Amino acid sequence: MRQHLLGIEYLKKSELENYLSNAEAFVEVSQRELKKVPALRGKTVINLFLEPSTRTRASFEIAAKRLSADTVNMTGSESSVTKGETLIDTARTLQAMAPDVIVVRHKESGVPNLLVNHISRASIINAGDGLHEHPTQALLDCLTLKQHFAAQDRPLEGLKVAIVGDIRHSRVARSNIWAHKLLGNEVRLIAPPTLMPPYAGGAGAFEGGVQIFHSLAEGLEGADVVMVLRMQLERQSEHFVPTIEEYIAEYGINEHILRRYAPGAVVLHPGPINRGVELSSEVADGPRALIGNQVTNGVAVRMAVLFALATGESAISEQESA
Amino acid sequence: MSGKPKTVPSSWKQVLDAETISRCISRISYEIVEKDRDVSNLAIVGIRTGGEFIAKRLQQRIEEIEKAKIAFGVIDITLYRDDLSHQSAQPTLRGTDLPFSISGTRIVLVDDVLYTGRTIRAALDAIIDFGRPSRVELACLVDRGHREVPIRPDYVGKNLPTNRQEFVRVRLTEMDYSTDGVYLISENEGKR
Repeated sequence: MRQHLLGIEYLKKSELENYLSNAEAFVEVSQRELKKVPALRGKTVINLFLEPSTRTRASFEIAAKRLSADTVNMTGSESSVTKGETLIDTARTLQAMAPDVIVVRHKESGVPNLLVNHISRASIINAGDGLHEHPTQALLDCLTLKQHFAAQDRPLEGLKVAIVGDIRHSRVARSNIWAHKLLGNEVRLIAPPTLMPPYAGGAGAFEGGVQIFHSLAEGLEGADVVMVLRMQLERQSEHFVPTIEEYIAEYGINEHILRRYAPGAVVLHPGPINRGVELSSEVADGPRALIGNQVTNGVAVRMAVLFALATGESAISEQESA
Repeated sequence: MSGKPKTVPSSWKQVLDAETISRCISRISYEIVEKDRDVSNLAIVGIRTGGEFIAKRLQQRIEEIEKAKIAFGVIDITLYRDDLSHQSAQPTLRGTDLPFSISGTRIVLVDDVLYTGRTIRAALDAIIDFGRPSRVELACLVDRGHREVPIRPDYVGKNLPTNRQEFVRVRLTEMDYSTDGVYLISENEGKR
């Protein structure tokens, strides 16, 4: 059977753990002088990025190249999408080029899932779709935390993980919620009611198990991990918060508030940071920020995902039978 | 690493016992030292997972003989395999750890069982990605024959004639077994 990575929601705990464990081995490959292994020689990876992205695309491209795969980048502005081609026609065109993996980012939720139904031979990796999921971001966050807590002999389990900010519009938050529930961590969502997903307070949201806070102080109390989300300033015209200044006063993360409520917490941010908005520079550049490790680990987890999906009997038998 | 030691099924036919394995390790260690008395440049590298424990024992034995520190590393050859597309199960990587400079080093590559030679072919590729050793030699506890590539060992614990339907299993105390042993088992029993 073909395998895909469409979201953390669809993963079993053992699959998540296997990705993290293999990613640790790929961290070592990136530390070598010769940063390349032949595992995906002769495989073709298409990076189909129909929404602007520099960091994630660069990370996937480096990951594929360090595995010796051939990579092709297609972005929204230069593809036929701007000429009016439908997504399904794009999918058929790509299929005809016989790629082994298609990495897709799109502003609409569910596009990777749609591609699975129209591309029969390649594995699909979701690199971020609308408000749905960004699974490799959650994997790199988990790997960063796993390394940090392993150094203190603590497992990636039973941690108090607080996610702060615009959760409503965050696929990063959604993927992380699924990941931390799967790992057995306590998940707290902290946001003003307008930036909380409409379903978050409802029965059965994420099958229970997430706690909702509208007060930063209450939500941070004793947290081990604080994930700060980017405040999407471009959405300010939609009036989710009265003013940015008011948001900063109520929900901005700074060293003072962390010392008071979560003194031992480490801080993650998926980038790019609005300094002085959701996160102060003092924290972002300080010892509790693991943001640099997140970027490094991004390449390693993407190598682990590409390696898992592009190797194996499934990949070859599908091609032979087609 | 917990619970009581594991044992092998009584139907497995033992071909090497703990004492013979220990003597093989000693003999190979002396042979490695005799080949070049200057061990300052020597490194023992085990192939995960079967080779790493044999490699560790060789390193410790040579350190006893020579009263000198011997460099030690392990390599995971999964990313260099020639059959990645044919694997049914998702491979688990255990990682490579070579905490010394490869360039100019005399490397003794160690595996538990030498069979087709394809693992060794992959291991040579993996090592050369880290630098240019002065030479690479090959040691194995058991050589069961049936080579598919032109590779031969420099040091062999025991030559074991087998047919291709059989399995050779090495079980060591490092793997939580109650005792060391090498076993020859039939096709049916091999599917543990």
